[in-house]
Amino acid sequence: MIVIVDYGVGNLASIQNMFKKIGVASMISDQVADFEVAAKLILPGVGAFDRAMECLADKELIEPLTHLVMQGKKPVLGVCLGMQLLGISSEEGKCAGLGWMGARTVRFVNENADPSFKIPHMGWNIIKPTGNDVLLSGIESGSRFYFVHSYHMVCDVPQTAIALTPYGSDFASVVRHGNVWGAQFHPEKSHKFGMQLLRNFAEHC
Amino acid sequence: MLRPRVIPVLLLKGRGLYKTTQFDQPKYVGDPINTVRIFNEKEVDEICLLDIAASREKRPPNLEIIKEIASECFMPLSYGGGVRTVDQVRSLLNVGVEKIVINSLAFQEPETLQKIASFAGSSSVVVSVDVKKRMFRGYEAFILSGSVGTKLDPVSYAQELKRLGVGEILLNSIDQDGAMKGYDFALIEAVSAAVDIPVIACGGAGALANFKEALKCGASAVAAGSYFVFQGKHKAVLISYPTPAEIDQLI
Repeated sequence: MIVIVDYGVGNLASIQNMFKKIGVASMISDQVADFEVAAKLILPGVGAFDRAMECLADKELIEPLTHLVMQGKKPVLGVCLGMQLLGISSEEGKCAGLGWMGARTVRFVNENADPSFKIPHMGWNIIKPTGNDVLLSGIESGSRFYFVHSYHMVCDVPQTAIALTPYGSDFASVVRHGNVWGAQFHPEKSHKFGMQLLRNFAEHC
Repeated sequence: MLRPRVIPVLLLKGRGLYKTTQFDQPKYVGDPINTVRIFNEKEVDEICLLDIAASREKRPPNLEIIKEIASECFMPLSYGGGVRTVDQVRSLLNVGVEKIVINSLAFQEPETLQKIASFAGSSSVVVSVDVKKRMFRGYEAFILSGSVGTKLDPVSYAQELKRLGVGEILLNSIDQDGAMKGYDFALIEAVSAAVDIPVIACGGAGALANFKEALKCGASAVAAGSYFVFQGKHKAVLISYPTPAEIDQLI
């Protein structure tokens, strides 16, 4: 059973719909007892960084989740803002991130003052896997995913980025540190490419 | 570089989908669930669902049917129609809608719009700027499904919306709606040049070439209704969508 962490922020129904479509058992919960028995966790998220961290704090989920992921090594996939929360900090807010991986989130900068470079980065873009991570198994370079975000992650160690996406310059669109994965795009809204990624998470991670 | 988004706009009235001409004369085109399933198979970039009766009937979004439709959408879904409160926005996001489209409220209660943008995040808030040509010169933005004028020029209105935290403008030409004779390109050019948030061109697309022209005019994405649901000069209902290769050629 994969548990989708409900902390009041995010597109939970969409993720569960896609798991249903690909025949993977999942549930939405805000109960630590459910996280403990879950095989894997999904940390969703949309909206502002601080609000998400505050919601996690209000529900007293930060400590138990951190314990399950860091000590218990439970596989977790952060999606969109949920990925940014995995890092240490974000330029979007003042709150500390979960700190499960060495990465910081920064705002996109239109370096070349290109008028076609819009923020948020919104729409379909490609990913370029940098290695052979199990999460991206069967997903070819150039597969397209749906993105909506104004901030992106910068990894302390370049190897943490397991796929890159070109927007201005390349940014880390999929990350992994041990049992912690993150995807900046919305797999649950990315047709067959997203289905493959969520299937990989369910079966191989 | 981003692929341009190509977005079918589906107009909901009751439990059916309709297509209008100049925001009027709704013609039945089919069942929403069926239609969305077909668009799924065609791997569409995004779907925009607008309840064209909600605001005029002063009624909130029909969450039950939206939830049903959203559960079939494996692509981003935006919804508009009758949205007036932050609570409604929360409910819509909870049932699987990604973006909220707002029209009348943006003009009537800009402070509520601001609250919605700070609650949901700018990238989840789209304002539909519905535009008619003025009798003599220039354009005017309309609300309530095109029935009430605001006296506002769409360019300055779009700039104000951006300031209020709106993440995207759905720029809808009422004059061109349903005509399938091409977008209002001057309008697209003027609004796209004035704001740095994405502008989605809507109203009048009748051919792939129209998409290309709209993108050239500065639109970040292109939307259409009739083009995706009608076929031939008698406008027989047939759902279609360009192939990925055809979309790649739009840039």
